[in-house]
Amino acid sequence: MLTETQVRHIAKLARIRLTDEEVKKFSKQLSGVLDYMDILNEVDTKNIAETSQVTGLKNVMEEDVILPAQSGREELLKCSELSVDGNQIRVKRIVK
Amino acid sequence: MELNELTISEAADGLRKKKFSSKDLVDASMTTIGGMDGDIKAFVYVDENGAYESAKRVDKMLAEGKDLPVLAGIPAGIKDIINTKGVKTTCCSPILKDFIPPYDATVIERLKDNHMVMIGKTNLDEFACGSSTESSCFGVTHNPYDLTRVAGGSSGGSAAAVASNMCMYSLGTDTGGSIRLPASFCGVYGMKVTYGRVSRSGVTAMASSWDTVGNFGRTVKDIAIVLSAIAGKDRRDLTMPDVEVPDYLGFLGKDVKGMKIGLPKEYFGKGVDKEVEDAVKLAVKKLEDAGAKVVEVSLPSTKYAVAVYYITMPAELSANLERFDGIRYGKKPPKDAEELVDYYFQARGDGFGDEIKRRIMIGTYVLSAGYFDAYYKKALKVRTVIIEDFNKAFGEVDVLVAPVFPSTAFKIGEFTDDPLALYMADALTIPASAAGLPSLACPCGKSKAGLPIGLQIIAPQFEEGRCLRVADYLATLQ
Repeated sequence: MLTETQVRHIAKLARIRLTDEEVKKFSKQLSGVLDYMDILNEVDTKNIAETSQVTGLKNVMEEDVILPAQSGREELLKCSELSVDGNQIRVKRIVK
Repeated sequence: MELNELTISEAADGLRKKKFSSKDLVDASMTTIGGMDGDIKAFVYVDENGAYESAKRVDKMLAEGKDLPVLAGIPAGIKDIINTKGVKTTCCSPILKDFIPPYDATVIERLKDNHMVMIGKTNLDEFACGSSTESSCFGVTHNPYDLTRVAGGSSGGSAAAVASNMCMYSLGTDTGGSIRLPASFCGVYGMKVTYGRVSRSGVTAMASSWDTVGNFGRTVKDIAIVLSAIAGKDRRDLTMPDVEVPDYLGFLGKDVKGMKIGLPKEYFGKGVDKEVEDAVKLAVKKLEDAGAKVVEVSLPSTKYAVAVYYITMPAELSANLERFDGIRYGKKPPKDAEELVDYYFQARGDGFGDEIKRRIMIGTYVLSAGYFDAYYKKALKVRTVIIEDFNKAFGEVDVLVAPVFPSTAFKIGEFTDDPLALYMADALTIPASAAGLPSLACPCGKSKAGLPIGLQIIAPQFEEGRCLRVADYLATLQ
């Protein structure tokens, strides 16, 4: 159900490089998983609302109070393995 | 009894009576880890220096006669998906292999306020995606009862560490069964809390509408003590309803007279090992003999839960894991890329294991144009149907009791080439997660082969106390 071309397309959307063997393997495995999902078509969901949050909270409001930062700028920049330039991380070229 | 076999309250009592020090407790943990963890592999990092430093501080305060919380000086294991400031937190993924978080998760802050002694970080499936810890980049955790079998997952290290007395309690996370399953396989208690009962801040997100943080222990009282320390509202996790944290210890030592226990018929019978079914039903019979009223109930949508989960979870996961791009944190790919987009492809291609790639791709697919309604929206609706099943059942009963898993721990490698078969492992734990319900996994005997069997006690949202009450009383009957 999920062709190798589709797997390559999804991997591209997800920004994951795959080897040819991976494409073959995932095409087979993901097809099996997605075929199984068809079981949901047995359930009549006409007039059933969607659930995306289980405790019923919506529009949570908080006092506009600034919390102390959990970590400083230096500490955050240290998490990157790339070179740091001032307060910025140097990345590869984006446009030619 | 060896020091590392004590319960939290026994250890706390001994510390106050000066029978031993927190340093002695750490010694006992370290000796046990040294002797056994080469085979079990519960810990991915043992923080020997940090543990002894914390113990020293506690011992000093106790010597000064300070009044400390019960968890002070007690050795703990922390699942390696929970941020610990200054201590590597890898999610057992190649992409985070050297990541040192610059801040603590809220649950860690709270345990530090209780003067915990963290022994180390425990093993898990990569980004908590799995039911066996086999997808950890550090290798599988072995079941302490049979080293050829899995400890369960994804919090397998946390369960095995407590089961083999390497620490007295541990923290884990449960999204579709990741605390209950390993607790059941390793013969310990595992508390999956109500969605929003414990803060998720600082815990790497997997599926945000399902994720919970909970705990493992060897007794119900130990579960209640740790839960009391970590539960409750946190400004940094805005998905937490403002529900008061009750006195969990107050639910212990009570009987079950007049309580109504439901047995969901879909959780028994076909596909469930007879040994498991018999053990769970024997436990229920004991509760009935002690005055509980037992009735059969039906949760007809149970069989759809796995499909709902494996659509919505990967969808949420694929969005959450977008942040791992090897730039702000995470591994730089070994090969240099010319352009940014190639850098992403390499960092993520090299940095994620097979199971993560599979789930990100499922998630990306079900969220993509043309499939969104058929998969994702459909799953959100069926989730509602599953919740309605539970609402109806809890109109009749106080708690539900069911097996955690259809069999005892499976063999390492049994499902390596068949991801769907492994996904089905969560069939009995996912439904409660879908509805955000608390569920406590409890040991209820052993198979003929000597492997632990577990049952789960499921309660309505924010009624963790009911789970504790039934589990504590059941322990006195076993």
